[in-house]
Order: sequence, then structure tokens, then C-alpha cells
Amino acid sequence: MTARDVEAAPVTPEPGRPPALSAREFAAWVWRQLTSMRVALILLFLLAVAAIPGSVVPQNDINPLTVSDFRARNPALSEWYDRLGLFDVYSAPWFAAIYLALLISLVGCILPRSAQHWRAMRAQPPPAPRRLSRMPVYRRFETLAAPAEVLDAASAELRSRRYRIATAFVGDRSSAGRRGGRLKSESWHDFWPRFAEPAERPTELHLDAELHPEAEVPLGDSVAGEAGHLRETGNLVFHLAVVVVLVAVAVGSLFGYRATVLVAEGSGFANSVIQYDGLSSGALFDAGDLPPFSLELDEFEMEFVEAGSQLGTPDVFEATVRFTPEPGAPEQTRTIRVNEPLEVDGTLVHILNPGYAPAITVRDADGAVLAEGPVPFLPQDNSFTSTGVRKVQVAPEAGLGEDIGVQGLFLPTAVVDDRGPRSIFPEPRNPALFFTAFHGDLGLDDGQPQSVYRLETSGMEQFRAEDGEVFRAALAVGETVQLPGGYGSVTFDGYVTWVNLQIGRNAGKEFVLGGALLALAGLLASLYVRRRRVWVRVVPGDGAGTVVEVAGLQRSEGGDLDAEVDAITEGLVHRLTPAGPDPTGVLPTRPPGTARSSGRTADGDGDVDGHRNPR
Amino acid sequence: MDTATLGEWSRFVVSGAIAAFIIAWLAFCAETAYRLRQHGRAASRSELAGVGVSGARPMSRERGPAGADAAVGDGSSSGGADRIVDRADQADRMAGIGYSVTVLATLLLGAGVVLRAVSVSRPPWGNMYEFSITAALVASIAFLALARTRAGRALAVWVVLVVFVALCLAATVLYVPPGPLVPALRSYWLVVHVGAAVLAFGLFTVAAVVSALQIVAERAEVRGLAGGFARSLPASSTLDRLSYRLIAIAFPVWTVGPLILGAIWAEASWGRYWGWDPKEVWALITWLAYAAFLHARATAGWKGSKASVVSLIAYGTVLFSYFGVNIVFNGLHSYGGL
Repeated sequence: MTARDVEAAPVTPEPGRPPALSAREFAAWVWRQLTSMRVALILLFLLAVAAIPGSVVPQNDINPLTVSDFRARNPALSEWYDRLGLFDVYSAPWFAAIYLALLISLVGCILPRSAQHWRAMRAQPPPAPRRLSRMPVYRRFETLAAPAEVLDAASAELRSRRYRIATAFVGDRSSAGRRGGRLKSESWHDFWPRFAEPAERPTELHLDAELHPEAEVPLGDSVAGEAGHLRETGNLVFHLAVVVVLVAVAVGSLFGYRATVLVAEGSGFANSVIQYDGLSSGALFDAGDLPPFSLELDEFEMEFVEAGSQLGTPDVFEATVRFTPEPGAPEQTRTIRVNEPLEVDGTLVHILNPGYAPAITVRDADGAVLAEGPVPFLPQDNSFTSTGVRKVQVAPEAGLGEDIGVQGLFLPTAVVDDRGPRSIFPEPRNPALFFTAFHGDLGLDDGQPQSVYRLETSGMEQFRAEDGEVFRAALAVGETVQLPGGYGSVTFDGYVTWVNLQIGRNAGKEFVLGGALLALAGLLASLYVRRRRVWVRVVPGDGAGTVVEVAGLQRSEGGDLDAEVDAITEGLVHRLTPAGPDPTGVLPTRPPGTARSSGRTADGDGDVDGHRNPR
Repeated sequence: MDTATLGEWSRFVVSGAIAAFIIAWLAFCAETAYRLRQHGRAASRSELAGVGVSGARPMSRERGPAGADAAVGDGSSSGGADRIVDRADQADRMAGIGYSVTVLATLLLGAGVVLRAVSVSRPPWGNMYEFSITAALVASIAFLALARTRAGRALAVWVVLVVFVALCLAATVLYVPPGPLVPALRSYWLVVHVGAAVLAFGLFTVAAVVSALQIVAERAEVRGLAGGFARSLPASSTLDRLSYRLIAIAFPVWTVGPLILGAIWAEASWGRYWGWDPKEVWALITWLAYAAFLHARATAGWKGSKASVVSLIAYGTVLFSYFGVNIVFNGLHSYGGL
């Protein structure tokens, strides 16, 4: 990506003159456009905008219930949403198209830049421009030390500040060909034309000094130093690491899975696909890879805030489980809390939403138990007003030969007011079961899948009291009520808590995290490392002394190059003053009229190579 | 003292801070007005008499942040300069008052935030009220740090106003009495994850103010410094660099806090590191928008007010991630307390 690319706006061909682009040229043009900074910028914005609908429209993979709710309320709109994939924004083709384009643009930009940066890192810093006094930061001083001594000291000083350096000797210029000075390495030439004055020719060097008397100092040997290549390195690392993160997320999701299973106190499950209530998994997920653990939920404890403005909000959710890592292994007791999942071999077991499971026993007229044990009810509000059913399948030859369905409300802290029976606090302070019941055919045998929380009442008839009113009952713990018509009785034995456990593995998360940390390191380097150049030139003075010029050029934004050049100058003075800190005869001076302008960058473009833009 | 009493005390102290901020704001407004009039007279005088007035740009003279150093005459030597010097004096006095009162207000706010933290025995960013007062504290501290520079002082009126508005919102609409956190929030990740978000929020806020002023300053420069208010602003390129630096600090903080630490916590808390929860989506959108700002600024021809516009758009996404997502959407991050 070069400046040309950035500036090369997509040229609309003039009417009547079709563009004479061959397929190859067209492809090259498209590639240049795609990898240009401007298109990357547009794609970044597009991706941000494209992500918005997913936060507004309910999403299938986040909350399928709200999606079906939305569909029921807006059937016509939902049809359009389906066509546009708005219920699955983050797996929609158009969303994928944007981030794939961004990814290609990113890689297409990073690879050539990496190659170029590799060359730049191995290249020598460009030699000192002719007039150092024109650099944004400039210092000069005189010293009694010999020029060669100063150069050595300057090299040492710059090296100690981790500059990469190159020394140029003017004296050799006649034998050094066109390049105006002998450099220890010659690859600097690539960089020369962009940042320094126009190419010097050796013959002009002599002429220049004579023709331009205002040049205060004739050319002398110089040391060039460059530091801060880490900035571009960080920039490239950041972008490559972003690619690593995206690839790791994509590949990991192929192997990952997430399942939920509802477990009531006193029951448990073995980790296998058939035990799950719900499972979503990647394409390459293998059910055989599931860790073969099993667990029993001994206790699920819920506590809620009892007073104050946050009355009724959760305070403690804690599951105590007996956990068996694999069949035959000794049982362990473990605790699972909200932020403390149980980890088994890379698989995490989390607490999701909890609820109550009232224990409802249904007996026939003879007192024989038709069904018993806790049935999970679903909370409908923050006070755990919960709804659920008890389905009692009765064999045709038993009892009255009809199924019984109990449909009820479990209220941990029951009140009955003008809004009907409801719970006012989530903890069981006044637990009650309000229910009605049906008899007939539950429809469990016709092969249709049914919700376990809802009765299919089409084949059933609601019980009616003798006065013809619909049968209703309210039971406290331990109470029993007879069903009308000699069908038997319903007893509210008590309740336990249940909790939805989530079992899942996020495959590849280590790579995602590693990539993210790498990206962060790269980001920090690319934002805070400053690329800068410093030159030190020595010119024999009028008398016995040597004039030393120090100049600096900022190649990226930020920082205080003035201070750094000052420090280098002082360090140099110090190195040249063997007898301690007395700098007699070596006075750094800031030439009059040299503005402090450390904020200036080489090219006003704010970054690295000027014609290049960091991605 | 119990939780509720401490909470009430915190509320009183924050109210005191709000009052102090409005006083500081009035002082800074007065300062700006004096500077504009001073400049206006200096300009008309120099036009009439042909006398160049050095330091014609107001605020260009070096002075201590508190304006405590005596005002130095700004170099106009001929007669009639007294009144200008006078205005400069008054402006400096107002700036001094404004700065001192801002320091006081920030101290009060800091005390209020600390009291709130003590009353709830946790970092003070568990709901929108606490988050807002802490972010306002970050913004005012960032401003006080910037006020040591000339460009930073020019922000005074606007940053103080934004902080004032944020605090008013917090104290009225967003207020919730102190209380415990839901179990999901009881984690040391809250300290770092939300803490980093607060920090970045405060810095982004100041950066947005700088970007807005940058646009004003650049427009004025293009039109030849015709505007009145724009005269009190530093050069647009200075503001451009300042907003870049603030964002260059806040962007990595946003990367770490809301995104990386958020993902780690999400894995511990919800079992997945990324799940397209509305808050996650908007944190990512904000990140993309500020990434676009950094790229825009590095692109030829996008420096200056164009980049500032991108910065303001990005700040819009910050505001939406905060207010919009907390209030409008019902996601996993519904901890606002509203």
C-alpha cells in the first residue's frame, strides 16, 4: 500500500471512453484498492455498522425464546428479517463478507509491509543531511577533542541508547563513487531520497561548501543513528495477531460445544449427549471427546437480599455437587459458584438460572401413588412466581383409565391480592402451590414432542367442582386435596431447588488469548515507540577544537525529541570530558533561532515512512 | 456508620462537588469572556494604530496553572494598553479561581467516590451511578493534568461543563442507594474490567471535548480567525495532537479492560469468552470506531477535523455502549440498577 494507492481514487471512466484495462490490470487495481488504507477504513466502519443490528434484533444463537416471541408478534417483518439474516447477524453471509474483506485487506497490506520492514530493519540509517541546522532539533558545541575521538564517543553514546548507527567519512568521498561518502553499509541508499536533501554528488560537496558560504560548518565526518524500528514491528505484530485471534476463534468454534442440563437437588447426570436438554456444537465436535464425568447435585443454595432498595436481588447462588471425574474414580465434593465454574479437562460446568421444583404426589382413589417427586417449575418473575405441570400418565386398565395433568403455580412467598396469587419474595417464606387439574389424554403416546412445562390440553377436560365451577386448589407444604369425581388426590410434599448447568468447552481459547495479548503488545509498541534519527557531525574548528553538531528528526508522533537530543549532547560532552563533569571548553549551545519543535514529524504525515500508512 | 449513612454522606459530598463544578464553570466562562474582549480591543487598537501586539492570541502567555503568578503585561507598549492589561489581569484572576475551585471540586468528588466505595465495601463502579461519578472523577483529574499545558487550559469551560452535566445526571436519574452486588459481579474481575472501562471512558470524554474544539478551531483558521469564541482556542494542530494522545492512551486501556479482560471474565462467569451480548457488541463497535480514528489519522489527508469527526462518532458509540445498552437492551450486562 503506497501513497499512490491511498490517493488513487477509483477513477470513473469518462463516458464514451471505456477503461483500457486488461483483466490483469483490473485485478491489480482491485487488489490495490482493497489493500488501501481508505478501503480498510471504510471496511472498519462497515463492520461496526453491520454489528449494530445484532444488538437490536433478537438473535437466534443468543436468545431463541425472544426470537420466537418476536416472530409471533411481527410475522410480516420477521419474514423480511429472515431474508436478510437479521436473526443470525453474526453468521449471516453479508457480515462474513465484510470481515473477510477486512481480513484480506489486512493481510494484503501486512505482508508487503512486513517484507519492506524487514529490509528497512537491516538497512543502515541514512547519513547526515548536508545542513543539520535545518533539522527540527539541532545543537552544536565545540570541544578540544579530536574529530575521530568525538565520532567514537558519539557512536558509543548512540549505541548505549540502542540506536543503530552508521559512520560516514567525508575524506573518502573521492573513492566512494557517487554516494558522497563511504558508508559501512550501502543499503541505506533506498531510503536516502525520501528524507534528506536531494542526492548529493561527491563533486558537489566541495563546490557546495564554497558556493554556499552561509553553510556555517563545512561537511565533516558524521555518525548517523536510527532508533524505534520497534514501532513498525509492533504495528505489524498487532495486525498479524488480530488475524491470529480471528482464525483461532473461527477454528475453535468448529470444535467447541455448549450444552445445558437441568438438575434438581438430589438428582444428577452423567456427561453424555443424550443427557443434555440442549446442545450446540461446532461442525467438528466429536461426542466421543466428552469427558466422562458424572455429578450429583446435593444442594443448590439461593439467598436473596432481604431489605433495602435491592430487595429480592440474588445474593448467593451456590451448588454443592458430588463429582466423579470418570467412572470408577473416587467421588469428590465440589462447590460451583457464579464466577467459579467446575473445570474438568478443559470443559467448564457453570451455574445458569435456578428455580424451584415442587414435589407433587398424585395418588389414585385407592391411595396408590401414580406419580411423585419434584417437578421443575419455570420462574416467571424476579420473585420466582413459577409455573409448571405434573403429567401423570395412567395406564388404561389402572384407576379410571384417564391421564391426569396438574397445572400449577409455585409461589415461594405467596400472597393473594387483586392481581391474583403471586410471589413477593424469591426465598421460600410462605411456599404455596396453586393449581388446577385436567383429566383425559395427555397425548404423550402420539409421538409428538411436548414441552415438559406445558400441558397439551386439547385431549383433556378440566376438573370441575360439584357446583360446576372450575376446580382450583391452594396447598401449603404437606397438604393434600382430593380431586373431584374420585380421580384421587394431589399432595404438595415440599420443594427443592434446581439449577440449569451449562457444560461447555471453548476450544482454542488459549490461542485466542495468546493472540490478544500479542496484539496488545504490538499495539503498545506501535503507539508509544517513537521512530527517530539522530546525527552527529564533526568538523575541525578554526583553532585546535572541533565543532560538533547534533541533530534529530522525529519520524513519528509524540515524545520529546528535544530532551533526547539534549541528553545525547550532554552524554557526548560527558564522554569527551575525561576529568569528570567539568565541561570547560565544551559548551553545548542551542544556536539562536533554532525553534524547539519536537512535535514536528518528518513529513507531517504523522507516521513511519511517510508515504505509507500503518494499518 | 452503616452503609446507608455513609451512602448519604457520599451523596452530600458529591452534591457539594456538583456545586463547586458549576462555580468553576462560571469562573472559566468569565475568563473566556475577558480574554475575548481583551483580544478584541487589542486587535482593533493594533489595526488603528498599526502597532503590533505581541501575544495577540489570548492565553498565549506563559503562566502557572493556578494563574497565581502575577500577570505579565503582554508586550503592548504604547498608551491605552492599561485597559488590556487590566482585562488580562481579570482573566487570569478568573482562571485562577476556576482552577482552584476545580481542584476543590475534584477533591470533593474524590471524597464522595471514596465514601461510596467504603459504604458498599467494593470498587465504586457496580452500577451506573457509581460508574458515572467515577468516570467524571477520571475526566476531571485528566483535565487537571492537562491544565498544566496551554492547550489543556483552553478546555476548561467545556470539560468542566461535561463533568457537571454527567454528575447531575448521575445524582438524579441514575442514582441508586448503596447495596450489594448480584453474585455475578462479585469478582476481582470487576475491579480491573470495569475499572479499565471507567478509566477509558473518562479519557475518551476529554478527548471528545478536544476533538470538538479542534473542529471549531480549524474552521476558524480556515475562515481567517473570524469567529469570536475560536480566538480563545489553541491552534487546531495542537488540539489535533492532544486528542490523538488522549486516545492513544485510552485505546489500549479499552482493548485490555472491556475486551480482553471482559472476555476472560465472560468465560469464567458465563462459560464463553464471546457471545455477542449487546454490551460486547457495542464494546467491539467502540473499539472498531477508535481503530478507525487511529487509521484515519495515519492516512494522508485525514488529519485534522476529519479525524476529529471520526473521534466524535467513536465517542458517540462510547455513550451508546454506556447509556443505550444499559437502558434500552436487555442483555447479560443489565447491571445498571435502573
